[in-house]
Amino acid sequence: MCLGVPGKIVEINENSIGMTMGKVNFAGIVKEVCLAYVPEAKVGDYVVVHVGFAISIVDEAEATRVFEYLKQMDELAELDIQQPE
Amino acid sequence: MKYVDEYRSEADAKKFVAAIHNITTRPWTLMEICGGQTHTIIKFGIDELLPKEITLVHGPGCPVCVTPLELIDKALEIARQPEVIFTSFGDMLRVPGSNTDLLSVKAAGGDVRMVYSPLDAVKLAQNNPDHEVVFFAVGFETTTPPNAMAVWQAQQLGLTNFSILTSHVLVPPAMEAILGSPHNLVQGFLAAGHVCAVMGYWQYPPLAQKYNVPIVVTGFEPLDLLQGIYMTVKQLEEGRAEVENQYVRAVTFDGNQPAQKLIGQVFEPTDRPWRGIGPIPASGLKLRPEFTAFDAELKFDVTGITAGENPVCIAGEIMQGLKKPHHCPAFGKECTPEHPVGAPMVSSEGACAAYYQYGRAEVRIKE
Ligand code: SF4
Repeated sequence: MCLGVPGKIVEINENSIGMTMGKVNFAGIVKEVCLAYVPEAKVGDYVVVHVGFAISIVDEAEATRVFEYLKQMDELAELDIQQPE
Repeated sequence: MKYVDEYRSEADAKKFVAAIHNITTRPWTLMEICGGQTHTIIKFGIDELLPKEITLVHGPGCPVCVTPLELIDKALEIARQPEVIFTSFGDMLRVPGSNTDLLSVKAAGGDVRMVYSPLDAVKLAQNNPDHEVVFFAVGFETTTPPNAMAVWQAQQLGLTNFSILTSHVLVPPAMEAILGSPHNLVQGFLAAGHVCAVMGYWQYPPLAQKYNVPIVVTGFEPLDLLQGIYMTVKQLEEGRAEVENQYVRAVTFDGNQPAQKLIGQVFEPTDRPWRGIGPIPASGLKLRPEFTAFDAELKFDVTGITAGENPVCIAGEIMQGLKKPHHCPAFGKECTPEHPVGAPMVSSEGACAAYYQYGRAEVRIKE
């Protein structure tokens, strides 16, 4: 139940009681998603969606952090090591 | 798929594995809280790539697993009522209550429906004014914002035929219960990324300090988990006990403010019993007094139901990191996903189901 999935916002609209909804594309499958918890989200943003609700906007800049981290470790020679048997 | 595939790179995973081997000098026991992470770890065999000094134990972060048995019995009782449309996430339908499960109630003629989102249940209530629509609102901080929104929306719409049967639980009090136990084995935590996407991680520094335990907010893909493990082991090896964030692309320190605000408007803290573990103070949420009209337990008067657990099931010890699924005498024998004895064998997020599904019943278990 905690498995959030990242998808791209393709449309933003409002439902009958004024709640922000939208359409989110998950690798080709488009679903109706509640966007009320991510008021600053724009079309084109990636959001983590959980049971039909976007709970977080994926930060594009931070998304590459893990690879930078690997590079840094490489430079510090932490990777240059005995391989596990 | 963007933001998924790149975090499954085998070459990069190998780098992290090598780095973890390189820094590990002593035995350490780490716990991943979330059942989704347990699933990834077992599916990709991450535990088997780690140095033998590192033991991963699997935490209580499986909503289906910790929902009290008596609440399942209450759900069954409500679902049997002829005027009720009982709605739930799919996982809950197969969880065994004392005698039966929701799917069997459905087979016997009960109107039990699986929904993708709690808003679907609200829609059903709008479209079926002559029925009572009940949503089974369980889960951690990740499902709370959707359920809070469903109740809030039902109130805005003036619906009187919608209610929720709720047992929301919270992660930090469970972590504290595990750390405070005299039998605790856990030395470092991988905190659940999506719980933190909602709640942030401002609740964790006091825990890290009080129990001298590193806590690393961690994502769900193999590279996320390996980096989270690396960061935790590095802290342990260096004698640090800090809160760090591996899952920076989705989690901020403060978390999702609009979600936290609505949760606070609709729910308030309460003591909750955890299936298999027992009561934990202030570890759950219940509807605030302004919203009790949406409380299915009151509406259907099932507050008196109590229940006892099948004594063979050791789910509680597994979820506190004291045992592993294959230590259970019923594992793979009386208890299988087709005929689950306990809840962790039901859900894809349960540790027993993950071990069973990926063939950890026999030789591949690392002792
Ligand atoms: S294998 Fe089945 S009976 Fe044993 S702990 Fe897991 S769920 Fe409970």
